[in-house]
Amino acid sequence: MKFLLTLLIGVAIGAFLFLAGLYYNPFVAQASVSPIAVTDARVMDLSFSAVPGDGLLYTNNGESTVQPFPERVGELWEASIADSEVWVTELQNSRGVPVGLGIKFSTRSEQTELIRGAAMTNSIWHVYLPGRGTFVIDQTENFWSYIRDVVIPARWSSGDNWRGTYNRITTAGPGSLGTGRLTGGSGEFTDLTGEAVETLTARAYSVQTGPVSMTGNLTMALPVQAASQ
Amino acid sequence: MFKTLIIGVFLGIVGAGATVYLAPAVDLHRERSLIDVQPNGGNLEVFRINLPRDRLLVGLSGSVGSIPAGLEWPGEELLGDMQAELFKVRNRNNAVVGVASRLASSTEETGPFIEWALHLPARGTIYAQMELSPSVEGYRDGKLRAGTRDFQELTGSVREQFIAGEAGNEESQGQIELQTILVAPLGDIDEETDGDML
Repeated sequence: MKFLLTLLIGVAIGAFLFLAGLYYNPFVAQASVSPIAVTDARVMDLSFSAVPGDGLLYTNNGESTVQPFPERVGELWEASIADSEVWVTELQNSRGVPVGLGIKFSTRSEQTELIRGAAMTNSIWHVYLPGRGTFVIDQTENFWSYIRDVVIPARWSSGDNWRGTYNRITTAGPGSLGTGRLTGGSGEFTDLTGEAVETLTARAYSVQTGPVSMTGNLTMALPVQAASQ
Repeated sequence: MFKTLIIGVFLGIVGAGATVYLAPAVDLHRERSLIDVQPNGGNLEVFRINLPRDRLLVGLSGSVGSIPAGLEWPGEELLGDMQAELFKVRNRNNAVVGVASRLASSTEETGPFIEWALHLPARGTIYAQMELSPSVEGYRDGKLRAGTRDFQELTGSVREQFIAGEAGNEESQGQIELQTILVAPLGDIDEETDGDML
């Protein structure tokens, strides 16, 4: 009996050590500097508040920390879309002026491998910029550092919240440099392709309501003739 | 006793590692793809949107009929007459398989547009641009502009058609039917297989 108890305590310690190693793994890191920061292409920036209540519409399966908004929006409860969320928001330019509309579809990805520090989602931005045109951005995103540095510390905190400064690029592909793929639709973006990365900057998070102060940024590298128009 | 503890620690590390490595963190639900192979024309798949049940959003500046209730849509000074809609998308068996956005503007200064983004979580996304004028028969053709994951290498067309429901039935205003006909690129001919066949 004594040996069995010792074995079980050992197993618990071993499991704890493994999880601690997973959490503090120094070999897992996400960049905070964009791979398209150095490029010959023209760069366009769009930003948005990543707090769901600040957007126009947000919906998910209704069982997550972040609740759908507005209150009467339909929820994505069906099995095929229960791991997805939809987010509609105004997009602002670098001076904070609203310049368009973005719709983001995100789905948790089966490429998720926590042992490698990969909490992946597949996401699509469908964007309309009045006077310029439309495009989509296809990306895989890795939220592991966000979970590790923001969400888990908030849960550990006695006040059930987190305050600090978090800034990381979430885009991890499908481009070979970890960039997303932009495909133009109409207007000046017709027939264009480019690269894009999304960055999250968080300052406050609550376990009860999710992000309290968080902004997102889309940085896009476009062929010169498009961005200069 | 100490040896037992060390063995336990080892088993704990290996067990936790194996669990995290082997247990799928995400296991998406998949509906069977209902695809018809077209003679000389790729694979045809039909998606349906039941109105009003599958409508998640209708955003149009200056409209009193925005959906859902409580939606604060930006004014015309930002979005002009652009109409944004979000829907749940069903397969031919009426099972929900994804979500879609439809953006349309007739007065956009860079040119009017109508386009769809169909996001099918377990498969990928289809981005299609539609012709502005519908056909005499009432459908609107469009072209696949881009696809992701399962649809990445494909080319093809998309057809949009509104099928009206029973007159006066608020619960069944009709259906939007989206037909995709998608074609995979020709692969390299496998010389060995080719030789065997000869």
